[in-house]
Amino acid sequence: MDDLIAMTPCDGLLPVTIGDVTLTEDLPVAMTSIAPYAGQDEALNAALKDAHGLDFPAINRSTVKADARAIWFGQGIALLQGPAAAIELAKFAALTDQSDGWAVVRLEGKGAADVLARLAPVDLRRQNFKQGHTVRTELAHMMASITRIGPDALQIMVFRSMARTLVHDLKTAMAGVAARG
Amino acid sequence: MRITCPNCGERDRREFYVKGAALARPDVGAGLDEWHDHLHLRDNPASETKELWYHEMGCGAWIEVCRNTVSHEVVSTRLASGAELGGKR
Repeated sequence: MDDLIAMTPCDGLLPVTIGDVTLTEDLPVAMTSIAPYAGQDEALNAALKDAHGLDFPAINRSTVKADARAIWFGQGIALLQGPAAAIELAKFAALTDQSDGWAVVRLEGKGAADVLARLAPVDLRRQNFKQGHTVRTELAHMMASITRIGPDALQIMVFRSMARTLVHDLKTAMAGVAARG
Repeated sequence: MRITCPNCGERDRREFYVKGAALARPDVGAGLDEWHDHLHLRDNPASETKELWYHEMGCGAWIEVCRNTVSHEVVSTRLASGAELGGKR
């Protein structure tokens, strides 16, 4: 069989630093969407706690434990980032492997929220959008998931096929913010 | 225009896609006239009207939006799954 060359979604595009903002690519080992079956929310929450030490995140929130992060990912769905989802969860929820489906980047620096203010119609300033908060929103016409993972660090996810567009639009906005000083 | 998603909160209109009037689906045994009405006949009120919107760029929820067609005010919103339009979750 041929040896296939694995490439990351943002291969050859990142990292980039413009002004005081840096854009890098994150590569979680695995990503799995978890959609609890009807009436199984509590059972799933307990199983998630047992297996990964995480609570199922509330709407617009995420939960973190060591290398694992659970991000609210839409109505009735969370995304587990980090370890592969424990098979026990499949009893209570539909699990779907998303590992290769999304580009994950990290925008870090004092002006990170200013950069996203140019691209997303949601208030992502730190006083409103605190560490652990997350949104599903539009970013430059792409369906995005944005999560604050540090005081000045935001994780941005879009479909993998849009990785190049994401990096292009973020770089343009970063240059715009840097130019204004 | 701002629409309050029952999940995400108040969001910009650009995150949503509008389907059209929020109508209860006719019963399984409904006759031709009833289906004709459901598919083709619409009121066009200059007042409050209920529509289905999809939070396409957000959480993916279908939402029943009550909107005033004169003032463009969004009066209320709720999840379509709780709007008794037929079907089961």
